[in-house]
Amino acid sequence: MASMTLYDKLWNSHLVKEFDNGTSLIYIDLHFLHEVTSPQAFEGLRLAGRKPWRAKANMATPDHNVPTTTSERSRGVEGIVDPVSKIQVKFLDDNCKEFGIEEFAIDDHRHGIVHVIGPEQGRTLPGMTIVCGDSHTSTHGALGSLAHGIGTSEVEHVLATQCLVQKKAKNMLVKVNGSLKPGVTAKDVILAIIGKIGTAGGTGFTIEFGGEVIKSLSVEGRMTVCNMAIEAGARAGLVAVDEKTISYLQGRPFAPKGAQWEQAAAHWRTLVSDVEARFDAVVELEGEDIVPQVSWGTSPEMVAPVTGLVPDPALVSSEARKGNYQQALKYMGLSAGMPIQQIKLDRVFIGSCTNSRIEDLRAAAAVVKGRTVAANIKEALVVPGSGLVKAQAEKEGLDQVFKAAGLQWREPGCSMCLAMNADQLEPGEHCASTSNRNFEGRQGFGGRTHLVSPAMAAAAAVFGHFVDIRDVQLL
Amino acid sequence: MRKFVTEKGLVLPLDRANVDTDYIIPKQFLKSIKRTGFGKNLFDEARYLDKGLPDQECTGRPLNPDFIANQLRYQGASILLARENFGCGSSREHAPWALDDYGIRCIIAPSYADIFFNNCVKNGILLIVLDEKIVDQFFKETEATPGYTLEVDLAAQTLTKSDGSVVRFEVETSRKHILLNGLDDIGLTMQHADAIKAFEQQHQIKAPWLFG
Repeated sequence: MASMTLYDKLWNSHLVKEFDNGTSLIYIDLHFLHEVTSPQAFEGLRLAGRKPWRAKANMATPDHNVPTTTSERSRGVEGIVDPVSKIQVKFLDDNCKEFGIEEFAIDDHRHGIVHVIGPEQGRTLPGMTIVCGDSHTSTHGALGSLAHGIGTSEVEHVLATQCLVQKKAKNMLVKVNGSLKPGVTAKDVILAIIGKIGTAGGTGFTIEFGGEVIKSLSVEGRMTVCNMAIEAGARAGLVAVDEKTISYLQGRPFAPKGAQWEQAAAHWRTLVSDVEARFDAVVELEGEDIVPQVSWGTSPEMVAPVTGLVPDPALVSSEARKGNYQQALKYMGLSAGMPIQQIKLDRVFIGSCTNSRIEDLRAAAAVVKGRTVAANIKEALVVPGSGLVKAQAEKEGLDQVFKAAGLQWREPGCSMCLAMNADQLEPGEHCASTSNRNFEGRQGFGGRTHLVSPAMAAAAAVFGHFVDIRDVQLL
Repeated sequence: MRKFVTEKGLVLPLDRANVDTDYIIPKQFLKSIKRTGFGKNLFDEARYLDKGLPDQECTGRPLNPDFIANQLRYQGASILLARENFGCGSSREHAPWALDDYGIRCIIAPSYADIFFNNCVKNGILLIVLDEKIVDQFFKETEATPGYTLEVDLAAQTLTKSDGSVVRFEVETSRKHILLNGLDDIGLTMQHADAIKAFEQQHQIKAPWLFG
């Protein structure tokens, strides 16, 4: 039996049929839905007179459009002020009812960002194939599942057939060796990886993240890493199962129980790449070399250490890259060679499917405790990833810490990550953000995004500019 | 799905690498529950000088004179010429819907993002992959020649210039078949319903916890 990578094992165990043309029919165990990429899929089902193949294999939640202010959320769907957003959220509610799909609706206490609630509920399980009409579905790979984003036509296809027609990707191993210095986090690791291999470095590959640094991360940290696999071009990112994965899942609402738990856990422990498995590409990084990262440009690959400078396009050898850098500097309103720590900041956003879980909020709260938001920061938002994360944070008093420091404590949702709701940047504003994309206009028309870790965003809020978190004393 | 067999059209050169799907169709337009109507908001933030809103009439909006697609010579283009990693970022299928609604039937670039590629196939848009040097040559020719057109023949896998010279391209057999015949992917998969059911039964025996 040939040695297999984890990706090979997950692929093979879901192969329904292989076609002559190089594509395959893959069975999908779990399909997450949200309100933005599902409307046309449900409409397609209706028009064709089809029903979901397996309604119970689907789980929905509205997260992209939902307001995050408590006043708007206190009245559920009816409280949504934006009429177009309200229509879209209602449409999801109605579609789920019509087709018998479980939904954590806007007023459900378990509601939240789809990639936060899946693992948190134990709905995401190792060994599964998982899809959603959202590219950050790669997040779930942290639990040893094969998870990736799909478009709306594929959403309809999965609803109707419980399968996807796919071409198998190649295997890439990204190995992060050694250990991280204090203050350096999972977010810095993935930003450093993307900085190294570029936004297309993983295109055509499924990336398995390995090495001692990845193993040392908590499951939440692994989710942050896998979340941004797509920003390196890889549809799916994976971390092999270990005892941390199994402990994380034990007792969660949808996780197997009793005898089935034992059977499942035994199977999950096999979800690792074989020792002799061959990868098509291997990239290595040393943990000790990773410094807290800040993105300066308009692509996640445009990152620099916080101790560094905004690059000078004149020093870039590739003509194409020189042009990209010039364009990015112009959009971001930055000067070549300026220190990262001198960038003037206007807003801070702590949230998103990348970094809005309890460990992220603890890290941010520890930094702002005993301090206050700097005068030049117009607004600092903390948006927990789900109702359960919010409740846990409140139990630990984190909300009080944030509020005392002058940050706003909001209701769960995607919020300013992509600014589909009212949480947006004004043109020209710079934002320290724990999200995953810094494209032009991502956080608002003309908005300027800098991607950082939760502790770095928190420090930016209270110091008014980026600082090296490793030098910050907690009070 | 509409077929793609041949397309003879004006070429629009978008000389920018790593065009992400936020650039192609910004988030506010994703609030629509329809598949159509996105063409007027294609490249919205670069195309117009003001901020676009969903359900807005666009004919009176101020156009960005520096944006290539607003130049008179490129009106009515149906072939988009692009640079590497076109369509990266978000999986939003609204991106190909916007391109399609605008009138783009075919894209030529050195490389594309995976999810975007799949989404285009589902919408009858042909994505042609050509070597960077050849794409660069096309950029030079398009920019130098007002009214530059190409004729795409998917069956023959050729691009023909107006001087008669031909550039060949590769395309995967499965994608070619789907595009040439305008095949409905769900209908095709349902032909294998028995195989799916058989797989599901075995899967449930091996991993009963997945069917709770």
